[in-house]
Amino acid sequence: MSEAVAHDIHDDHGHGPEKGLMRWVYTTNHKDIGTLYLLFSLAMFIFGGAMAMIIRAELFQPGMQLVDPHFFNQMTTMHALIMVFGAVMPAFVGLANWLIPMMIGAPDMALPRMNNWSFWILPFAFALMSATLFMEGGAPAAGWTMYAPLVLQTGDAFPFLIFAIHLLGISSVMGAINIIATIMNMRAPGMTLMKMPLFVWTWFITAYLLIAVMPVFAGAVTMLLTDKFFGTAFFSAAGGGDPVLYQHIFWFFGHPEVYIMILPAFGIISAIIPTFARKPLFGYSSMVYATASIAFLSFVVWAHHMFTVGMPLAGELFFMYATMMIAVPTGVKIFNWVSTMWKGAMTFETPMLFALAFVVLFTIGGFSGLMLAITPVDFQYHDTYFVVAHFHYVLVTGAVYSIIAAAYYWMPKWTGHMYNETAGKIHFWWSTISVNVLFFPQHFLGLAGMPRRIPDYSVQFADWNMVSSIGGFAFGLAQIYFCWIVYKTIKGGEKATDQVWEGATGLEFENLPSPVPYHSFTTAPQIR
Amino acid sequence: MTMVRRINGFIVVATVTMMAGMQSALAGYMDTLNMTRGVTPVSERVYDLHMLILWICIIIGIVVFGAMFYSMVKHRKSRGAVPATFHESTRMEIIWTIVPFLILVGMAVPATKTLIFMTDTTEPDMTVKITGHQWKWEYEYLDGAAEGVRFISSLSADSRKAVYADPESVDNYLLDVDNEVVLPVGKKIHFVLTASDVIHAWWVPELGQKQDAIPGFINELWTEIRKPGVYRGQCAELCGRDHGFMPIVVRAVAEEEFTAWAADKKGIGKETEVTDKIWTIDDLYARGEEVYNTACIGCHQLNGMGLPPTFPAINGSVIATGPVAGHMDIILNGRPGTAMVAYKDQLDDVDIAAVITYQRNAWDNKVGDHVLPADVKAMR
Ligand code: HEC
Ligand code: HEM
Ligand SMILES: [Cu+2]
Ligand SMILES: [Cu+2]
Repeated sequence: MSEAVAHDIHDDHGHGPEKGLMRWVYTTNHKDIGTLYLLFSLAMFIFGGAMAMIIRAELFQPGMQLVDPHFFNQMTTMHALIMVFGAVMPAFVGLANWLIPMMIGAPDMALPRMNNWSFWILPFAFALMSATLFMEGGAPAAGWTMYAPLVLQTGDAFPFLIFAIHLLGISSVMGAINIIATIMNMRAPGMTLMKMPLFVWTWFITAYLLIAVMPVFAGAVTMLLTDKFFGTAFFSAAGGGDPVLYQHIFWFFGHPEVYIMILPAFGIISAIIPTFARKPLFGYSSMVYATASIAFLSFVVWAHHMFTVGMPLAGELFFMYATMMIAVPTGVKIFNWVSTMWKGAMTFETPMLFALAFVVLFTIGGFSGLMLAITPVDFQYHDTYFVVAHFHYVLVTGAVYSIIAAAYYWMPKWTGHMYNETAGKIHFWWSTISVNVLFFPQHFLGLAGMPRRIPDYSVQFADWNMVSSIGGFAFGLAQIYFCWIVYKTIKGGEKATDQVWEGATGLEFENLPSPVPYHSFTTAPQIR
Repeated sequence: MTMVRRINGFIVVATVTMMAGMQSALAGYMDTLNMTRGVTPVSERVYDLHMLILWICIIIGIVVFGAMFYSMVKHRKSRGAVPATFHESTRMEIIWTIVPFLILVGMAVPATKTLIFMTDTTEPDMTVKITGHQWKWEYEYLDGAAEGVRFISSLSADSRKAVYADPESVDNYLLDVDNEVVLPVGKKIHFVLTASDVIHAWWVPELGQKQDAIPGFINELWTEIRKPGVYRGQCAELCGRDHGFMPIVVRAVAEEEFTAWAADKKGIGKETEVTDKIWTIDDLYARGEEVYNTACIGCHQLNGMGLPPTFPAINGSVIATGPVAGHMDIILNGRPGTAMVAYKDQLDDVDIAAVITYQRNAWDNKVGDHVLPADVKAMR
């Protein structure tokens, strides 16, 4: 192993990064771009989180105390758009940039200049979107789902919203093309598809999902745009259009979108658990097949978000059955992770703690998901806080937890420094307790009848809302602490070994030093 | 030994008291924790299905998390565990594909039955049309004893005032309306739902179902309320600024009471009010303020400043300070294609005259003239 390390360093002709700010603007290096994506995503996470704090502060007690209802709606809408498109998706793309070339033994991404472009579009897209907060009529306030006809009542923000979404879509599709091209063409000799780490596999499949659905989304919002400004009536019943059509198109994108946010997470968890259980991943090939089946199924379940729009019985039944089917491959994944842990020799460093919490809490989100799939009961759950609890369990304790786990797991490799383990553990326990105080009571609120997207509520919901808000503030604070941990780790800290973790496997840990040199695998490693 | 026994005894007693205490505390709290069983055949089936899948999930959770936590305790390195090397088993994979599948089939069967039952809107005893408007509900009885009765139901003035004051001070804060929908118990009631502007959703948890009200579409829903009582719900689809402030109140009463209510509702001729009463500008202003604060405030705001650019200000508006005819026209006929709907059928002559008078004289609009109900009648 050390021979390989020396070899790679030798190959790196001392050709380091440019100096100064321009390094980041011009860079085509997958590690730099990965870093840009990750830091951008962290900033957006805090920005979107600040909006969540405003929402939770207004919901702290009944009555309107802090903001106007219209502004409240702007906050829920912007919070979600920023979290989904600004925090979670860019974080996964950042991880893909850093990790995929290192995991498959490639020197860089296949299309480095496009890579630079797909990142640098993002800050502009979010500048457009955030600028709407200061416009006449305020930011978009129709929910992140932007249902017609309500979204057509948006003020000056409307065209900015649509163009921001177009830019985000272009960025995502370029990122996805790059990932597919890299995986198809740049694998080291001997790295067959079925030898690729699961993170690479899950991203490979995710990239296809992205290419398939982002254009659909772009189409939907363009139709909104022409409805508003060019006299078309795609979604206006008065003009012969169909408002429900918008929802079909949106969710044809939207449901695969939620898998875009969770499949790479599955890949991360499948890397971390074996390392700390010191035992190979159980059922590698069934994991790959399960991921592919989830991706296929994700295209035929979209209308489970629309059970109450008045579909015919046959439609309701089809979407119920198809949605329930997704529980099967998802279950396979959970069982495989538990079997990986079974009879291993586990230790519980911070990445492992977050990964284990992912398994438990994501599964809780999966259970509520299964409940929501049952059409007749969804008529009661739909558009209540039960749904809010569900998607935050899968997005926050699912997607976001996997990203945090990945940060702790690979940061030593990237920076060459170990993070402070005690601080990591404090962050974990603080987050995990508070996130459950934040979201678990929302199940109760939803079941007791509290609709979602409301700025004020009847006094019978007061207690649990207050509990939830307290959890929210604590969770928000914990993430500020996380920023500090990341900052300290970048600046310094105990030196990481090349393997970093005792049980770590894979090219990035076995064939590269810590920190990884600016150029790695300039000659491809041999895979046995 | 005795020590151990005593500790054991203490633990048992403590646990039992704690559980008993928790149970009684929970009993009162249960309705803030779980779904209501409701008062209709549909809501009862839905509740039972909900409890069934909830328990299935809890049991699966206990098994999976149990295995996981057992492993986390037993198979840890600090206990000297040596990692095994197995990493696949086709037999296990097949088992945990088939078993969950069968469990799902077990859930799908009762779910399908319930769904078929819920969607059967045939042979109703009466039909009520529900129309969602930003941000109020309109009800129209299409047949039966109350045929032709039609009214708007919006958030009660009490609740509206308490929003910025003290929510605890009013009964049923945000769940109270000016006009309740009255329905007879024990009848199969068919609802048809639609909307005039954006999508809304009509939801009363105790009736067990929600349905979207969509402009240009007709959706259906049925219910059969078993127990007289007042059942409260809310709009469940984001419909703009005051989405959180458009509640639904259903009052279920015995058949005779319903017939009496219907007769009463039909009998109220507002005509007499128009002709018999001599309206002064102050009467109209006072009444107009009330109307404005329930019907118009959502868009045009308390201070008359609106929410530009979507909702224009009335304060200083050219129309509201210009000729009366134009002012009357926009309120009677609305502005097609905008959120300003026609109030012709929603408000009576007195209310329209009053709100116009109010708008022309409130804030800085000191026009000084007023409009009589008879003028409005003439314009219709
Ligand atoms: C759902 C929102 C909404 C409600 C409720 C509403 N309006 Fe309007 N109103 C509008 C909109 C939008 C316009 C602008 C229409 C246009 O583009 O011409 C408007 C315009 C007006 C105007 C003309 C203002 C101007 O200078 O252009 C008057 C007068 C008015 N409304 C009166 C009323 C009255 C009286 C009520 C209550 C009975 C009411 N509105 C309720 C949305 C609303
Ligand atoms: C910091 C922790 C978070 C808190 C406290 C929080 C809180 C909230 C709250 C209170 C709402 C409004 C619910 C409503 O009124 O209907 C909401 C909506 C939402 N959140 Fe979060 N959230 C957090 C993190 C996230 C993350 C990380 C994501 C996504 C990856 C996310 C995605 C969403 C979505 C999609 C909505 C729905 C918005 C809509 O109704 O259109 N949230 N969140
Ligand atoms: Cu979905
Ligand atoms: Cu609504």
